[in-house]
Amino acid sequence: MYAKVTQLILIFLISPFLFGVINRIKAFFAGRKGIPLLQTYYDIFKLLRKGAVYSKTTTWIFIAGPIISLSALVCACAFIPFAGHRAFFSFEGDIVLFIYLLGLARFFTVLAALDTGSSFEGMGASREVQFAVFAEPALFLSLAALVRITGTMSLSDIFANTTINTLTTLDPAILLVIGALFIIFLTENSRIPVDDPNTHLELTMIHEVMVLDHGGIDFAYILYGVAVKFWILGTLLMSIIFRTNSGIVFFDYAVFIFGMIVLAVAVGIVESIMARLRLFKVPNLLIVALALSVLALTLTMRI
Amino acid sequence: MPIILLILIPFTAGLISFFIKNDYFRRGLIIISSGIHIALTCSVWFKQPPPLLNGYFALDDTGILFLTITSVLFFGASLYGISYLSDEKRVIEKQSTYHRHASVEATFTGCFLLFFSTMTIVIVSQDLAVLWVAIEATTLASAPLIYFHRTKRSLEATWKYLLICSVGIALALLGIFFLAVANTADHGNMLLPRILEHAGNLNISWLKAAFLLFFVGYGTKMGLAPFHTWLPDAHSEAPSVVSALLSGALLNCAFLGILRSYQICYAAGLGSFCQEIFIFFGLLSVLFAAIFILGQTDYKRMLAYSSVEHMGIIALGIGLGGKAVFAALIGMLGHSLTKAGLFFVAGNILSYYRTKKISDIHGLISGKIRTSAILWIIGFLLITGTPPSGIFIGKFIILKEALLHGNYIAVLIFLAALSLVFIGMSRIVISMTQGVPNKNTDTATDWQNAFFRLCPSAIFFILVIVMGIYLPNWLTQIIETTAKKLGGF
Amino acid sequence: MNSWVDLNIIAIVLMNFMMLSSSRIRICIRVVAIQGILIGLMPLLAGVHSTTYASLVSLSISIALKGIVFPYLLLRALQKADIRKEVEPIGGYPLSLLMGVILFLVSCWLSSRLIYAKPLFSNLVVPVSFATFFTGALIIVSRTKAITQVLGYLMMENGIYLFGSALLGGQSLLVELAILLDIFVAVFVMGIAIFHISREFDHIDTQNLTELKDWVPSKQE
Repeated sequence: MYAKVTQLILIFLISPFLFGVINRIKAFFAGRKGIPLLQTYYDIFKLLRKGAVYSKTTTWIFIAGPIISLSALVCACAFIPFAGHRAFFSFEGDIVLFIYLLGLARFFTVLAALDTGSSFEGMGASREVQFAVFAEPALFLSLAALVRITGTMSLSDIFANTTINTLTTLDPAILLVIGALFIIFLTENSRIPVDDPNTHLELTMIHEVMVLDHGGIDFAYILYGVAVKFWILGTLLMSIIFRTNSGIVFFDYAVFIFGMIVLAVAVGIVESIMARLRLFKVPNLLIVALALSVLALTLTMRI
Repeated sequence: MPIILLILIPFTAGLISFFIKNDYFRRGLIIISSGIHIALTCSVWFKQPPPLLNGYFALDDTGILFLTITSVLFFGASLYGISYLSDEKRVIEKQSTYHRHASVEATFTGCFLLFFSTMTIVIVSQDLAVLWVAIEATTLASAPLIYFHRTKRSLEATWKYLLICSVGIALALLGIFFLAVANTADHGNMLLPRILEHAGNLNISWLKAAFLLFFVGYGTKMGLAPFHTWLPDAHSEAPSVVSALLSGALLNCAFLGILRSYQICYAAGLGSFCQEIFIFFGLLSVLFAAIFILGQTDYKRMLAYSSVEHMGIIALGIGLGGKAVFAALIGMLGHSLTKAGLFFVAGNILSYYRTKKISDIHGLISGKIRTSAILWIIGFLLITGTPPSGIFIGKFIILKEALLHGNYIAVLIFLAALSLVFIGMSRIVISMTQGVPNKNTDTATDWQNAFFRLCPSAIFFILVIVMGIYLPNWLTQIIETTAKKLGGF
Repeated sequence: MNSWVDLNIIAIVLMNFMMLSSSRIRICIRVVAIQGILIGLMPLLAGVHSTTYASLVSLSISIALKGIVFPYLLLRALQKADIRKEVEPIGGYPLSLLMGVILFLVSCWLSSRLIYAKPLFSNLVVPVSFATFFTGALIIVSRTKAITQVLGYLMMENGIYLFGSALLGGQSLLVELAILLDIFVAVFVMGIAIFHISREFDHIDTQNLTELKDWVPSKQE
C-alpha cells in the first residue's frame, strides 16, 4: 500500500519537472542558457496565487472545464503502473476506463474552449477534435495489440508482463506498437511536429489556442494537467522500452524515472531538429500511426 | 519443325526489318514472311506437327483453329498494309514539307512482325506460364503500332492500352500462381495436357479463384465489359490495318487464354461455376456495346464497340454450353474475318476523307470510292448477323440454345441488345453512305494499289458468306473437337 | 517463426504505406526498388529453396532488375520529363493511406479464407502479398502521373512475386526469367511512352489524357 501511495506522489511531484528538461535541451540546441529546470513549478505556484477573470459570455462550463479535465487525468494516473509495478487501482478491463478518462479530459477542454464563443478558440477546438478522430482509434488499437499479446485487459497486468518489455526478441508487433505510441504521444501532448507548445497567438496552433482565455488558477490546473498527461502517455511508452525488474523496488523506480527523463530528452531533441508539419499534413502522420497499430493488431491476431 | 518456323520466321523478319533502310525491301519482307506463315499453316492441317521442347509448344485442334484465323488475317493485313504504308507515305510527303523519318515505318514493320510472332507463340504454347508471357508480349509488341501516327490522341490511346492491359495481365499472372497452388499435388506443373490429366486432384477453392483471375485478366485484353475501356480508344486511334489485327486476331488470342483455363476448370468439374461467369459477362458486354453504339460519332469506335459485342456473344455461347459452344466458335471465326474486312474498309474511308467523324461523311455510295462503300454496307449487314453468314449461324444457334435452356432473361437481353446494335449501326451506315456526297476532295488521295486495299476485305466477306451456306467437313470436325473440350457437343 | 522473416515482411508493408503517403516521385521509385529487393531476399531469409544453383541465379537477376535496372530506367525517364513531385492524389493523401489500411485488412480476410496445402514460412506472407498487390492497383487508379502509375504496376508485380516465392519456390527457371524479361520490356516500353507523353503534352499528367471518350463529338479537324 505504501508503495502504491509513493508511486502516485512521485508521479504528481515529478511530472512538471520533465518540461523543464525539454526546455533545457531545446535551449542547449539553440545555444541558450535556458529557463530553470523547475520553471514549470514556479509558473504553477504563481498562477495558483492569482485570481481568474471571466468573460460575461462564458458559463459554468468554462470554469468546470479545467477542473474536470485535471481530475480526469489525475484519476487516470491511478491506473497506470509505475515501473512495471501494480498501479494504485487495477481491475480487469480498466484499460477501457483509462482511455475514456483521457477522452473525458479532452472533451471538457474542448467544451470550455467552445464556451468562450470566440471563433479563434472554436478553431482550435475543431482542430483538436479533428486530430483526435485519428489519434484515439490509434491509441485504442495499439493498446488492443498489447492486450492480445498479454491476454489481459488490465493496464497493470499488461505492463507487469515481461514479454512485452524485452526488445531483444525483436517482436515486430511490439516494435510497431512502439512506433504508433510515439506518434500518439507527440500528438496528444501537443508537441512538435504536430503542434508547437511555445507559439502563442499563431493561427497554426492547436492546444494553446483552446486554453487562451483561461487565466490564474484555471490555467494552473491546465498547466498541471498537461504535465500529468505527458507523464501518463510517456509511461505507456517507457513501460515497454525501458524498465528493469531487479526486485529492489526503489532501484526500479529510480531507473524508471531516469527513463522518463531520457524520453523528455528525446522529445527535446525531436523538437530541436524537426520543423512543425503543415497543418493539413498532420492527418497523414496520424493515419500512419493508425496503420502501424492496425498492423500490430493483425500481427497479434495471426500468430 | 513447322512450329519453330511458324514462330521464328516472323520473329527474325521483324528483327531484321528494324534495320532495313529501303521501304520496298521492308514491305516485301512482310509479304514473304506472312506468305510462308500461311503456307505452313496449311501444311499443319494435313499433318499435325509433333510437340516441341518437352511439349511446351504443340498444336492441338484448338490451336490449329486459332492459328488459321490469325494466319489468314495477317496475310490479308500484309497485303492491305503495304499499300496502306505506301499511300500514307505519299500523303505525308505531298501535304507538307514535314518528312517522316524512315525509322517510323521501320519500327512499324518490325513491331508488326513481332506482334505476329508473339501471337503465334500464344497459340502454340501448351504451358500456361509461357502462354502468359506471350500474351503480355503481344501487348508490348502492339503498343508501338497504335502509336504509329505520332499524335497526342494516339499516344493517349497507347498509354491506356499499355497500362490497362498490363494491369489486367498482372491479374492473370496471379491466376497462374493460384493455379500452381491448386496443383500442389503435381508440384505446380503448368503443362496443359498434364494438368488436364490430373484435373481431379486440383484443389477446387484455389482453382475457382484462379479462374476468376484468369477471366478478369485475359478478359481485360479480350475486351469484355466492364474491362473493355482501353478497346475503343486503341481501335479508333490505331492505323486501320492494326485495328483489324487487334480486333480480329488479338482479342481471339486473349480469348484462347481464357479457354485454356476454362478447359482445366471443366475437366475439374467446375463447368457450371465458370459457365455462369461467362454468361454474366457475356450479356454485360453485349449490353454495354449496344448502348455505346447508339450514340457513336466515330465510325472506328463503332466498329470497336461491335467487337466488344461479339466478344460478349462468344462468351455467352461458351457459357450456355452444348451446341452453343460450337456456335460461339463459328461466330468467332466469322467475326474475325468480317471485322478485319470492315476495318480495312474503314481505313479506306479514313484515308480518303481524313476524318473519323460520322457526321462529316455523306453519300459514300455515289462518291468516288464506290467499291469501298458497297463493301462497307455488305460488312455492316454481315456483322449484324444478316443471313447468310457464319455470324448469323452463330447468333442463331446461341439464341436457340438459350431458349432450350429456358434462360429467358438471357434471351431477352440478347435480342434487345442485338436489335439496338442493328439500329445504331444502320443509322450510322445509312447516314454515311446515302445522301449528297461531300465536296471536299482536296485531301483525297488516289490510291496506287486500289486492288490490295479492296481485295482482302472482299475475300473475307465472301468467306463469311460461304460459311453461312456451306461448312466444309474438315472445318466442322475441328470446331467440334474443340467444342467438346469446352463442354459442348 | 523466423523473426527476421517477419521483420522483412513488416518492412515490405511499411514500404506500401510509405508509397501511399509520399509525394516525391524520387522517393517513390526508391521505395518500390527497396521493396523489390526485400522481396527478392525473402527466399534466402526463409531458407526455403536457397540451395539450388538455379534459384540463386533467378533470385539475383530479379534483385538486380528490380533494385538497379528499373529505378535507373525510371529515374532517367524522370530526368527527361523534368518532374519532381506528384500532384495531390485523387481523394488526398490521408484518404489513400486509409484505403491502404483497409486494403490490408481486406487482404488479411481474403487470405484467411484460403486453405494452404503445406505450411508457409510465415502466416503473414500471403496477406502482405495481397496487400502489396492491391496497393499497387490503388496507386494506379489514384495517382495521375504516368510514372507513378508505372510504379503502381511494379508494386503489383512485387506482390505477385512475394506470393509466388511464398507458395511455390523453385518453379521452372526459364519461365521465371521469361516473366522477368516481360516485365523488363514492359517498363522499358512504358518509359519510352512516358518520354513521349512528356514531350507531346509538356507534362506526364494522365488526367489530361481525356481527349478520347464517348458521347462527346470529337474535336479533331
